[in-house]
Amino acid sequence: MQLTINGKVENLNVSTVIDVLKAKDIDPQLVAVEVNTQMIDQENLGTTSLQEDDKLEFLFFMGGGA
Amino acid sequence: MSFTEDQITRYSRHILLPEMGGKGQKKLSQAKVFVVGAGGLGCPVAYYLGAAGIGTIGLIDSDVVDLSNLQRQILHHTPDVGRSKTQSAKEKIQALNPEVQVTTYEERLTAHNARDIISQYDVVIDGVDNFPAKFLINDACYMENKPLVHGGILRFEGRVMTIVPNESACYRCIFKNPPPPGVVPSCQEAGIIGVVAGIIGTIQATEAIKLILKVGQPLTDRLLDFDARTTTFREIRVRRNPSCTLCGPEASLTELIDYDEPEACAL
Repeated sequence: MQLTINGKVENLNVSTVIDVLKAKDIDPQLVAVEVNTQMIDQENLGTTSLQEDDKLEFLFFMGGGA
Repeated sequence: MSFTEDQITRYSRHILLPEMGGKGQKKLSQAKVFVVGAGGLGCPVAYYLGAAGIGTIGLIDSDVVDLSNLQRQILHHTPDVGRSKTQSAKEKIQALNPEVQVTTYEERLTAHNARDIISQYDVVIDGVDNFPAKFLINDACYMENKPLVHGGILRFEGRVMTIVPNESACYRCIFKNPPPPGVVPSCQEAGIIGVVAGIIGTIQATEAIKLILKVGQPLTDRLLDFDARTTTFREIRVRRNPSCTLCGPEASLTELIDYDEPEACAL
């Protein structure tokens, strides 16, 4: 299905958020996921179904400052 | 309090602004901003806030200046290597603007001192380099009801978000807990292009000034991500998370947490 991930349109054969993370080889511990501006709890990544044209944001930890 | 001739001249470009005027400049001179960390972010933040005539700048850092800091920590100069960062920073801010009171804390921000110190300020700036401290600052600002300007930098990227407690999404609305120690690279491990600290720090300082003046729209409910490689800013809308353990309706966090400290970024 067609999804917008971090502003880029992509076509992926996925049905849930965790599928996208697996397809992109992203460790779920390292990312906060927002689907259509709603934060998805870690425990719901596998049960959150995606629809055509959903907008996903993968927010990675950025810890520097010094 | 009225301005002296010198003050009117010093702040003339501020006072000219309709959104600022003498009234706004006075607000800045009465404001107290707490900058956590006198490093890559803290230096540009404190430098610009000092120039702007913020009345009191609080600076906390327990480290001494290292030669590897000078590529980005612009308040520290070559002769400062080995000196306390807060003292080095205070000197430069006051050389620029002797009217600014700089209160220094040569210690780490911890669960024991955070609320007490933060309660004495109007706005807080996150300029720290590790996740335990970022969560601690977020939590303490929420508990003390103080606006916070969060910042983060890594490699060629940076991020800013303003948090107004009970009004906008907090750091925990997005990131529930710190990542496991060691899995997210630090600046020491991954590097940082020095100017990115300046770009993010000056945005943080801008946010602080806007919050004090109550001018414009703060960067709330928006994460601003900057990528220097493409010179692009991306704004990500965020919302308060109903399951946030700090600011959600069923919040469970009522005490500050000192997480185990991972190795700090090379300071």
